Amino acid sequence: MKEIKFKPKSKLKEFLGEKFIAVNAFAALIGILLIFTFIFKEALPIFTDSETREEAGVDKMVFKQEYYEGRPSKWSWQPNSEVPKYSLFPLFIGSLKAALIAMLFAVPLGVGAAIYSSEFASRRMRELIKPVIELLAALPSVVLGFFALIVLATFIQNLLGLTFRLNALNAGIALGLAVIPIVFTVAEDAMTSVPQSLRDAAIALGASPWQVSVSMVFPAALPGIAAGVVLGFGRAIGETMIVLMASGNAAIISASLTDSVRTFSATIAAELAEVVFGSTHYSVLFFIGTLLFVLTFVINLTGDMVLHKLKERLQGKLR
Amino acid sequence: MKRIFIIALAMTLLIGVVVARNTITVKGSDTLVRLGQRWAEEYMKTHPEIVIQVSGGGSGTGIAALINGGTDICQASREMKDKEYEQAAEVGVEPFRISVALDGIAVFLNEENPVDVLSTAQLKGIYTGAITNWKEVGGADDKIILYGRENNSGTYAFFKEHVLDKEDYSDYTQTLPGTAAVVNAVSKDKNGIGYGGIAWAKGVKYAAVKKNDTTEAVLPTVETVSDGSYPIARELYWFFNGKPEGKLKALVNWALSAEGQKLAEEIDYVPLLDKQAKANMVD
Repeated sequence: MKEIKFKPKSKLKEFLGEKFIAVNAFAALIGILLIFTFIFKEALPIFTDSETREEAGVDKMVFKQEYYEGRPSKWSWQPNSEVPKYSLFPLFIGSLKAALIAMLFAVPLGVGAAIYSSEFASRRMRELIKPVIELLAALPSVVLGFFALIVLATFIQNLLGLTFRLNALNAGIALGLAVIPIVFTVAEDAMTSVPQSLRDAAIALGASPWQVSVSMVFPAALPGIAAGVVLGFGRAIGETMIVLMASGNAAIISASLTDSVRTFSATIAAELAEVVFGSTHYSVLFFIGTLLFVLTFVINLTGDMVLHKLKERLQGKLR
Repeated sequence: MKRIFIIALAMTLLIGVVVARNTITVKGSDTLVRLGQRWAEEYMKTHPEIVIQVSGGGSGTGIAALINGGTDICQASREMKDKEYEQAAEVGVEPFRISVALDGIAVFLNEENPVDVLSTAQLKGIYTGAITNWKEVGGADDKIILYGRENNSGTYAFFKEHVLDKEDYSDYTQTLPGTAAVVNAVSKDKNGIGYGGIAWAKGVKYAAVKKNDTTEAVLPTVETVSDGSYPIARELYWFFNGKPEGKLKALVNWALSAEGQKLAEEIDYVPLLDKQAKANMVD
């Protein structure tokens, strides 16, 4: 055994070191607060400025509007029109559709891969699978988007005989590729952190490996897997480049998953660069930003809280 | 050693100063960015002391930059809006507009599409969503798939104003970032239709456009745009802050010269008629 020697204590150094680290930790917190404040501040005219409220109040963004006399009222996103229309409903539907398809695609694959990797794979296999799936997370989203725009869209259209080449399904699958590693990593961690003692107990009772993983490990790790799904959903809602390139960006309200969609995030990316500073359109885009921020924040917080609970539970069982 | 270091430092500073003084920034319309770059290359060959930086981003971006003092020349494929003139006036910028070339907005169709001719009224019907099937304009019984540009592009605004009579695009219009993406989408979609500058089409065909039922259908070419017979054409502008002087004046007059206009034609833009180009020069 090597003997560990501590240098003589220096109170001041320790004090400064500790404070320095604390500042770093709080910097992120302050950063997030500042970002939120700024985004919200730019969106504020929607609530305070009477002219802006006239054009794009919250009621106008949510409810059907009669834009032209005599024509049926509708939800519509047409900000650069003679009669600007700022309904967020089509965009909300778009974001939801793309994200849901992404989850339908990514959750079975991600969770399945996680169960295999943590329970059944040999060590060598596991050492291959894990980094490869996690590599998916390192792929820049613009590359995934480009792939979906050029290759995947044509493939899906020919396979299913679709009317729209760029659509929610195409964008959703590409998004799914970005979500898989998140679901996989969190779910895999949750399952491997189920204590060995529980597994041993199950095996001692005569359970087969399949029974151990399905009836014992999977339920025990379920909150963690759920957290992975929730975190993945947060990514799917916020992801921008993939949907901007692969979804066709038409703000349509429909139940079909093969219609083109326009999402919150893609709308900001496409329109913010050239919007007139301080205009109604500008405020609305920042309002969408605020919504996205709150949405992803709540989703991620939920995910983290579930994970935390799980850890406590598993450690509680150990004792 | 120390002396070499000082000399190097001095030279760097000197170059920095010279570059800063002779740099011209050009920013704006994506439609114009290729032309701006081509002009910049040629101009810098004969004027090695000048450095021209050209970037795109869209007419709106360029105009915003001109107002904020972020660029010397703003390239725009549309006139400035009243609101933008007001904003410029607020910060003391006086936009000076010079038309430097022409552009026709071509309508792209897939090469397999049997439709060749569309009237502007039909185009309006198609893009506002009143006409949804190709058989209504003499094609096959298939749904029309609309492709367009993002709502910040000058091309979007021009098409909306001149073809749709300012009505809204159909909600089903799929918006893509850039004309290249539109061309790419139409080339892969048998029932697709798109629009964009005439300099762009590769792998798609142009629709011949007629103004109304009595006039002849015209294909977008350099000749038909510059003589005004093609109905969907526009001027492309350079905006300056105040009347250009010195190096800026020299550059714009060169771009309007026979040499500059010939370069524009070489890369598929439409040159101004000689007399128009001369009239636009700054004295």
